[in-house]
Order: sequence, then structure tokens, then C-alpha cells
Amino acid sequence: MSEADQKVPLDAVHRRSGGQMVPFAGYSMPLHYGSIRGEHQAVRERAGLFDVSHMGEVNVRGAGALDFLQQLVTNDVSKLAPGRALYTVMCHPDGGIVDDLLVYRDEDGYMCVVNAARHDVDLDWMEQCRAGHDANLEDVSAGTVLLAVQGPRAMGIVQELSSGGDVSAIRYYHHRPGEVAGLPVRISRTGYTGEDGFELYADAGDAERLWTALLEAGSSAGLIPAGLGARDTLRLEAGFRLYGQDIGENTDPLSAGLGWVVKPAKGGFIGSDALAAIAPSPPRTFIGLKMGPREIPRHGHPIYHASRQVGEVTSGSFGFTVGAGLAMGYVEPEFASPGTELRVQLRADPEQWATAPVVALPFYQRPES
Amino acid sequence: MPDLTAYRYTKTHEWVKPEGSGEALVGISDHAQSQLGDVIFLELPKEGTAITAGARFGSVESVKAASDLYAPVSGEVLAVNGDVSASPELVNQDPQGRGWLIRVRVEGDLPNDLLDAAAYDSFAQADSH
Repeated sequence: MSEADQKVPLDAVHRRSGGQMVPFAGYSMPLHYGSIRGEHQAVRERAGLFDVSHMGEVNVRGAGALDFLQQLVTNDVSKLAPGRALYTVMCHPDGGIVDDLLVYRDEDGYMCVVNAARHDVDLDWMEQCRAGHDANLEDVSAGTVLLAVQGPRAMGIVQELSSGGDVSAIRYYHHRPGEVAGLPVRISRTGYTGEDGFELYADAGDAERLWTALLEAGSSAGLIPAGLGARDTLRLEAGFRLYGQDIGENTDPLSAGLGWVVKPAKGGFIGSDALAAIAPSPPRTFIGLKMGPREIPRHGHPIYHASRQVGEVTSGSFGFTVGAGLAMGYVEPEFASPGTELRVQLRADPEQWATAPVVALPFYQRPES
Repeated sequence: MPDLTAYRYTKTHEWVKPEGSGEALVGISDHAQSQLGDVIFLELPKEGTAITAGARFGSVESVKAASDLYAPVSGEVLAVNGDVSASPELVNQDPQGRGWLIRVRVEGDLPNDLLDAAAYDSFAQADSH
């Protein structure tokens, strides 16, 4: 751990719980508490508790908040009613992605949740774009903890600790203020695992009480702490892009398969001209590749069709639930149809390259409950 | 934790444990498995393959990365642990016991540059800092 790594409020709790702490996005974060496989399976079958307090939270308020956000992000924030959340990206004028983020709407304004690794860049960018808008920004990251309870039993666990209403009434991508374990919390029905669950935003000072109460209430249901390792294998199975790997300043949302968050009909926004120019034929297509159980693709592995390189893996690992090596990445559009057989250069020896079909994302979808 | 008196270690984090009659078990250290994280699969030599001290004899692939395995001794592979092929997580759970990888017939004496458990421990600790 370098001295520059910041500690999350639960740092000591993670260390006491056997968390293997690793540097991530400027923070010291738990990679796992013993086994990535065990934590992955717990989330799919029971429930897992993640500390993702490294994420950044920025409040946007003021009479011009909506106009500012409509300029800043690609999705249509005017459609966002109080109590709802929206996934979007914000782009540079050239269409490159500054970050992907969630926007929450309250009665009195908006909250943007951004990636930790992009926090400083995002704030600078938002500050620049704010010029001319009657909107103010308040970075509340340091005072906020974010705990994610994910898995088929997450609902029951959060319900048991909640006072003031049925949390099952909060639909997917909705949120409301509430009380969990007697602590004031924003309860959001969102997540990054492909399972049902909640993300709970709370005051940093309440972090340990909330964490402990959740683990105690959930222990009989099989809730265990889960680290960034499982978060990564879970989100890969669920087909979620990761900023810095799958998307970044050199990728545009259309090539990344995120066209559904780009809404040209709302009017001009930063990057809208560039995206309109790209839209008829994006140069690359984001795909999934499913391999055998002994073939583990990694970030940066070249993707071939016959003897020609046609793309590159941006995220790869083993999918514990799918039981196969999984890759996401970009290829030239003509090789992106599901069923197309591509080869991934896993190792220098061509005999050990994997042949894999393009498959539709996500790799994993939870069973209907 | 098994009695480690008989175990000898390489600086590449494999161990060898003599089993009598010139046979020995080979595996990876507890330090190695904890650095690797969850093992997904192992590429191991077939029965009858000759291995050479210091040379690659297989690989271990974890969630994090693929790493080569280096033979602590020279000899012939007598058996591959079918349990770890079927359940690679055994290597994480019990790396110096049920998570052994191959049984070998050792050619000659153990190389004299192998470390005993105490010396390996100091080496591994220094290595991870």
C-alpha cells in the first residue's frame, strides 16, 4: 500500500475481518476476505455485503441543475422523476467517455455517483461545464459511505432492519430516504452484480454501525462480506462495463454498446455532434466471448479472426456461476454477430489460443423470482 | 497445518516432501496460494513425464493470473492428484496437504539450494514486502 492510498471509514473493520487490502483507485480496498469464489457464490445464492465507499458522490442543486445535467450527460435527465435513478455517461466534445455515473433525483436536486478513479477529473470537468448555469456542486464523497447488499436474500435482510415502509416497494432503479438499523440511509434498488439488491448511502460516521447491523441481521441468511474481486467477476458475468478497462476517454458510448443511454432527441449536449457523426457506423463493436472452463482471457489479449487481429479483450476472467472463461472487448463490426467464431491469444503458443463464439451479453441473467 | 519438518521449498514457492522409497510429493506453498488467490485450474504433466529441477513443469491459473510451476527436484511423475484437478480450490484450502499436485520418483538427492520451512518463511515474508 502506498502512502497516497486513502482509507475508507471501514478500513479497520475490513482488516479485522481478514480483508486482503489492495490499492484501488487511490484507496486501500478489500480484494477479498478469504475467497473470491466463495464471495461470488454467496452473492449469487444468498447475499454479499460490499463496501464501495470509494465511489464519489456529488450533489447538484440550483434552479439550473437540470439544464446543467442535460448538457453534461448523454441520457435524458428531464425524464427522471424524484425517487428514480438513471445510468448514463458524460462525454468529451469528441465523444470520448469522461466517466459513467448514476444520477439520482430528489425533491430538492440531484446526486451524481462517479467512479473513484475519476473523481478528481470528473469534478474538474463538471466545474468547467457548470459555467453559465445556475447550478452548484457539492462534493460529499468524504462524508458518505456506500454499502451494497446484493443477492437473492438481500431484500429480506434490508427489510428486517428497516423501519418506515416496505423496501420491496422500491422498484429497480428507484430510491427513497429511509432508516436501516435506526440510521438515516438512502435506500437504492441498484447494484453492480446482476443480482437483486440495494445500495445504501449513509453518513460516514454511521459506517461501522450499519456494516455490523447488516452482517448480524444477515448472518442467518448467509450474508458475508465480499470484496472487489467478487465484485469484478460478478459484474463481468452481468455484462456491466468497467470504466478504465471497457470504457474510457478513447471509447465512445455507441461503440461500447451503451447507445441506450445516448438520447439525441433531448437536444444538444456535450459530445452530441461527435456521437451523431459516429452513429451511422461506429468503428468497433463491444462483444462477449464465452470460452471453456480452462481458458481464462485477460485484459489486453488480442482477438483474431483467422490469421488477422480484429480486436482486443478489455475485461476477462473466470465466471464462477457460468463455469467458463469470459471476455468482453471490442472487435471490428463485421465480426460481432453472435455465433461468430473468434480466437483469443491467451498465451504465446498458438496451440493454446482459445476458440470462442461471440455471445450476446450478459453472460448471466438471474432467474425470474 | 501439517508438520513441516520434512518440507523443502524453492524460491519460486513450490515445495517437495520426501515420502520414503525415493518418492516425494510436490505442491505450492501456502504463501503462493494466498498470493495467487482462487485457483481456477492447473495444467499438470502426465504420469511418466520427466521433470527437471528448476524447469517449468506446469502452470496454475487463478482469478488473478496464470503462473508457471517450477520443479523443485528432477525425476519422473508417478501420479497426478486427481482431487485437485477436479477441485482446484483444494490448493487454496490445503496447499501443503490434500492440495498436493504431483507424486514423483526423485532422481538422486534433493538439490541443496532448497530452503527448509523456517528459511522459506523468512524468504516469503521478505518477498511480499
